[in-house]
Amino acid sequence: MTIREVREAVRARSAADVCADALARIETLNPQLNAFNTVVADQAMARAEAIDREPDRWRDAPLAGVPIAVKDNLCTRGIRTTASSRMLEHYVPPYDATVVSRLERAGGVIVGKTNCDEFAMGSSNETSAFGPVRNPWALDRIPGGTSGGSAAAVAARLTPMALGSDTGGSIRQPASLCGVVGLKPTYGRVSRYGLIAHASSLDQVGPLTRTVYDAALTLNVLAGSDEADATCAAEPVPDYTAALTGDVRGTRIGIPRALLEQGVDAEVSGAMDAALDVLKARGATLVDVDLPHACFATPVYYLVSTAEASSNLARYDGVRYGFRAKDESLRGMYAKTRARGFGAEVKRRIMLGTYVLSAGYYDAYYLKAQQVRTLVLRDYDRAFADVDVVAMPTSPLPAVRIGERVSDPVQMYLMDVFTVSANLSGLPAISVPCGFTRGPGVSKLGDAASSEGGLPIGLQLMGRRFDEATLLRVADAYERDTEWSTQPPPLISNR
Amino acid sequence: MAIAALAHLELDAPEIDLFARQLGDILKYADAVQQVDTTGILPTASLVSLHAADRPDAIRPSLDRDEALCSAPDAAVDAGFFKVPRVIG
Repeated sequence: MTIREVREAVRARSAADVCADALARIETLNPQLNAFNTVVADQAMARAEAIDREPDRWRDAPLAGVPIAVKDNLCTRGIRTTASSRMLEHYVPPYDATVVSRLERAGGVIVGKTNCDEFAMGSSNETSAFGPVRNPWALDRIPGGTSGGSAAAVAARLTPMALGSDTGGSIRQPASLCGVVGLKPTYGRVSRYGLIAHASSLDQVGPLTRTVYDAALTLNVLAGSDEADATCAAEPVPDYTAALTGDVRGTRIGIPRALLEQGVDAEVSGAMDAALDVLKARGATLVDVDLPHACFATPVYYLVSTAEASSNLARYDGVRYGFRAKDESLRGMYAKTRARGFGAEVKRRIMLGTYVLSAGYYDAYYLKAQQVRTLVLRDYDRAFADVDVVAMPTSPLPAVRIGERVSDPVQMYLMDVFTVSANLSGLPAISVPCGFTRGPGVSKLGDAASSEGGLPIGLQLMGRRFDEATLLRVADAYERDTEWSTQPPPLISNR
Repeated sequence: MAIAALAHLELDAPEIDLFARQLGDILKYADAVQQVDTTGILPTASLVSLHAADRPDAIRPSLDRDEALCSAPDAAVDAGFFKVPRVIG
């Protein structure tokens, strides 16, 4: 069910009934998917029953009685919040993230915390300390990362909406690989207070949903300034659902053709071209745009994000919260705590970040990357003087097999080639389902990924800063003419 | 390894070998940025300047001390301290 359908079900039956259904689905399917780190069944039922007891109070609340999954790197008061790390395995936050309070104020019912890559570092959900999430469309494949549990939960119809966070594609890429909608808002559109920090100049919270309408509805609840986050903007928040007119006549869509020559699976580029034809048929104008520095975005991203991560993760020292290893000396305690508390990918990134920030390498790597970041950003500003949105695939490949790329960090990082630019530039971006692999196909990358049919493909649209309305309008218009989002994965349809 | 010491990470020998090789691969890949001419280009460290949001700098209720201490692996809650291994002699 979508949020809209759930709201009707809550009115017709009850929030408790709807919540019990969601919990039953989770109990049945989560053992196969590993999408949840924690399920709070009793708390969710109590909350749903409380909503049922006060129908007048909740009548107009946009999410009243809607079961919601929250990525496990967002703090939830009284609910274990692990960031999928041994470091925080038993951490129970004393406060709620602002996005969590806002969802609850809107009537949302939190049912659990979703698995993700450790500290949101990864592209496949394989770095989680609690095991990989499995893709509902093919259980031997990755769901994408880092919000893989959130994407799998929505794709498998466990909840109609899940919160994710996106530092380099972590909402959009799993949304694409699991066949759901994923929205990364403009940097500063949504509060980061209570989001466990990965890279503070890039991180943003956003929803994963079945439909674009549901993403717009959720953004209405999440967006807006927050006194607890100085980086959260005071820009006015429009009603994003009102923007969904279906009208894209005269809308200019830019396509960075040169960038796409970097290597895109043949089925992915075919699906993207077909999607653009749909928008063209609705009256949109397709134009080529030049983003000469976008090809440097991935190396820039890995230099900037690891530098920020090495600084942010310095706080995990075994003193104030989280895991502590025993040692006689303070420095020994720090080093052992961090050695045992962090997994390999997190250690790798802390090391890389520490290196690029160290004396002698700072200018050559960190400063240089920040300068190239300026050029990436300017390319987009120039493009958006001419077009309303920029379109490209979300991921160069459909979901790969679990274990296929995890041993080679550079190969894994290349999965992020089309998503990191939006974070470096602070732009809003959305991934919408635009087809399935037909397979057996021939991949330009020599990969086995598309040799199997039925894997979801995502179209990514990027927009101007704080212009989520246009982004959502174009995505919704596309969705109106296609039925990708209504198809359930075989895991459910075979049952 | 100097970097591991800077990062307060105790690594074993196989980890040092693996990370040294992998960090070498990643830096080789990231070296692509060196081809870009950035003469006179200002660095972007943050996008906040585009929409800075301020609030009055006033004292307001915050996390209770006991609550702040209760997540600690070792704390003297009554005295209001976090406890760590001996630092001085």
